[in-house]
Amino acid sequence: MDWFTAYMLPVIYAVTMIVVVMSIAGYSVLAERKVSGWIQHRTGPNRTALPIIGAIPVLGPFLTRLGLFQPLADGLKFLFKEDITPGHVRRGYFIAAPIIAIVPALTTMVVLPFGQYTDAEGVVHPLVLANIDIGILFILAVSSLGVYGIVLAGWSANSKYPFLGGIRSSAQMVSYELAMGLSILPVFMWAAVPEPGNLNGLSLFGVVQVQQGFWLAMWQPVSALIFLVAVFAETNRLPFDMAESETDLVGGFHTEYGSFKFGLFFVAEYAHIVIGSAVFVVLFLGGWNFLPFIPAPWPDGMVGAVMSVLWFLLKIFFFIFFFIWVRWTLPRFRYDQVMTLGWKVLLPLAVANLIFNTLLIALRDTL
Amino acid sequence: MSQIKEITIGDVAKRSADGEEFSGETMALNIGPSHPTTHGVLRLMMELDGDVIKSARPVVGYLHRGDEKIAENMTYNQFVPYTDRLDYLAPLANNVAYAIAVEKLAQLEVPERCQAIRVLCCELARISSHLLGVGVYGMDAGAWTVFMYTFTQREKLYTLFEELTGARFTTSYTRIGGVARDIPDGWLGRVSDFCDQVLPVLDEVDKLLTRNRIFMDRTEGVGTISKEKALAYGMTGPNLRASGVDLDLRKDRPYSGYERYDFDVPIGTRGDCYDRYLIRGEEIRQSVRIVRQVIDQFPDGAYYAEDAKKIFAPQKAKILTSMEELIQNFMIVTEGPRMPEGEVYFEAENPKGALGFFIVSKGGGVPYRLKIRGPSFCNLSILDDLLPGHYLTDVTVILGSLDFVMGECDR
Repeated sequence: MDWFTAYMLPVIYAVTMIVVVMSIAGYSVLAERKVSGWIQHRTGPNRTALPIIGAIPVLGPFLTRLGLFQPLADGLKFLFKEDITPGHVRRGYFIAAPIIAIVPALTTMVVLPFGQYTDAEGVVHPLVLANIDIGILFILAVSSLGVYGIVLAGWSANSKYPFLGGIRSSAQMVSYELAMGLSILPVFMWAAVPEPGNLNGLSLFGVVQVQQGFWLAMWQPVSALIFLVAVFAETNRLPFDMAESETDLVGGFHTEYGSFKFGLFFVAEYAHIVIGSAVFVVLFLGGWNFLPFIPAPWPDGMVGAVMSVLWFLLKIFFFIFFFIWVRWTLPRFRYDQVMTLGWKVLLPLAVANLIFNTLLIALRDTL
Repeated sequence: MSQIKEITIGDVAKRSADGEEFSGETMALNIGPSHPTTHGVLRLMMELDGDVIKSARPVVGYLHRGDEKIAENMTYNQFVPYTDRLDYLAPLANNVAYAIAVEKLAQLEVPERCQAIRVLCCELARISSHLLGVGVYGMDAGAWTVFMYTFTQREKLYTLFEELTGARFTTSYTRIGGVARDIPDGWLGRVSDFCDQVLPVLDEVDKLLTRNRIFMDRTEGVGTISKEKALAYGMTGPNLRASGVDLDLRKDRPYSGYERYDFDVPIGTRGDCYDRYLIRGEEIRQSVRIVRQVIDQFPDGAYYAEDAKKIFAPQKAKILTSMEELIQNFMIVTEGPRMPEGEVYFEAENPKGALGFFIVSKGGGVPYRLKIRGPSFCNLSILDDLLPGHYLTDVTVILGSLDFVMGECDR
C-alpha cells in the first residue's frame, strides 16, 4: 500500500488534472466559437451530434444545439488530417516546436492550488499536486519557456511570415514578462507575513489563505491591472496577438503547420488561457474564497473541499469568458505600439507601484 | 527560401572587426496575390527592413478579363452584365453609370420615375459597398465583430436587390433607356424599413471603433495622403474627399436627377486612414438621407423612355400581339439599340470613386471602342508612394482604408 500512495497516487492525480485542464481548454474553444457567435448575432456550432446521445428525446437536441460535441469533432479532425511537413523546414525543430509549446502550459498546473480541505481538527490542507513554497516563481519560470515553442516554430518553418511572427512574439513575451514579474512583487510583499521561520513567502496557497477577508484585486488594483494586461500579452490573445496577426502574417508562427501539430499549438494557447486565468484568480480574486467580507456558506470537510474547487472553477470560467469577450470586441495593436505599451507604460507603472508599496510597507513596519 | 543560410558567430565577428557598418539586411516579402489583406488578387512586392517597409510595388492584373475588348464584340445591352463584374460590391451603381453613359451618346432622356429608381439603386449600392468597406476595414484592424455587424445589414440589402432585380449579386438591372423592370409592390416600404434598421447598427459600429483608443492609434496619422498628392494620383471618391478635396460628382455634375435631393458631402481634414473611415461612415448616413427623400417624392410614370423605340425593347405583351413591336424587338435583340455616331465620356460618383465610361460609336448597336476608368486602379496607384516608411502591420489598415475592388482595378 505504501508504494501506492508514494508513486501511484501522484500519477493518478496528475493524469486527472491533465484531463481536466485539457477538457477545459477544449471546451474553451467551443466557448470561444459560441460566445463569438452570440456577440456577432450568429448561432455558432449547433450541428455536431453523437449518434446515440443526440437521439435522446429532449436532452440530445438541446446539447447538440449547444454545440457540446463540437470539441470532439474538432479534436478528431486534427488527428485524422494528413500531417504534412513542408520540404523547406528544419525538420527536427519543426517537430519539436509544438511539443515545446504545450509542455510548459501543462507543467505550470502542477503547482496550481485549486481548492482546500479542512479536516475534522481544523487543519487546512491545500488541494494541489505539489505545494512548493516558491509556487509563483515556478509558474513564472516555466510559463516563460512557452515562448520557445513559438520562436522555434517561427524560425524552423524557414518561411517569411512565420519568421516575422516568431520574432514579434519573442520580443513581446520578453517585454511583458518584466512588467508581469514586477506587478506580482507587491502582492507577495503584502501577503507574506514576515515571521521567523516562515518559508512560504512565495507560496500560491499562502496567497489564497491571506485573501479570506478581502481580495487582493481591491488592495492592489494597479498590480491586478498590469498583471491582467500582461496575461493577455503572454497568451498571445487579441489585442496582443502579434504572433498570429492573421490579417498581415496569414497565420503567423503556425502558418506552415497543419493537422495535429497545429492542434497542439491551438490547445497550448487555450491551456495558457486556462492557466493564466487560474493564476489571476489565485493572486487577485481570492482563489476559492467565497466573496470579499463574506465567509463561505458551505461547511468544512468533504463538501467544503468540493465546493471550493467548484467555486474556483467558476471564477476561472468567468475569466475565460472575459478573454473571449475582449477578443471579439477590440481591434489589434500594432507591433511597435505593443512594445511602447510594455516598456513605456506598464514597466514604469509597475516599478512605481512597487516603490510605493515598499514605502508603504516600511511605514507600516516602523509604526 | 528553400536554401538555408548559415550565419555563424564568426561571420558576424569578422564583419564588425572589418569595421563594416552594421546595418541589417533587407528582406523581400511578397504579399498576395492570394493573401487575406489584399481583398482579392492584389500583389505587393515589398522590401522590408525589420518590420518597416522600405519600398513597395503593387502588381495588378491578376483579375484581368479584357472587359473593354469584350465590349467591342457585343451590343450595348449585352454589356450590362459585364459591368456587374467591375466593382462587384456595387453592381447596381455600375449598371446605372454605364446606362447613363450610353444614353448620353444616344442623347436620350429617361423619365423621372426611371431616374428616381436609378438614384435609389446607386445609393443602396453605395450603402452596401460602404457597409462592407467599413466592416472589412475593422476586420483588417482586428475587430471582427464590426465586420459581422455590417455584413448582416448588407445581407438584408441584398435581399432587397433580389426582390428588385432577381439576383442578389450580379444584378444587371439597367437597360439602355430604362431599367429591366418596375419596382415590386411594397418594395419602397421595405427599403424604408431597412433605412431604419441600418442607422442603429452604424451607431453601434461608432461605439466599437470611432473613439476606440486602439483603433485610433492604428489609424490616426497612418497613410496620410496630402491634398496635392491625392489630386496628382487621380484619386477620387471618399479617398479624395478624406484628403480635403470637395469633389462629389453628384453635387458638381448632377446626373439622374441628383440635384433634386438634399444631402451633404463629408470632407476630411487630414487625409489619414482615420479620416477615410469617418468619411465612409458619414456617407452611409447621407445615402440613407437621399434614399428617404427619393421614397418620399417617388414619381409616377414609366420606368423606361417611351419615345426610344429603336433603343429600348418593347413590352413583352405587345411583342406577342403587334407586328410593329415584334420587328422592333427583333432588331434590338439581333442588331442592338440604334446609336448615332460620336464619342462620349461620362463619369458617375460610384462608392469607390469616379467610374467613367468613354464610348466611341460608329453607329449601329455595337461600340467601336469602350474605355473604362476604374476608380480603384487610380486609387491604388498611390501605394508605392504611400507605403514606404510604414510598418508591415499598417499595410492591412492602409489597404482597408483605400477600399478597393480588384474586379474594377483589373477589368
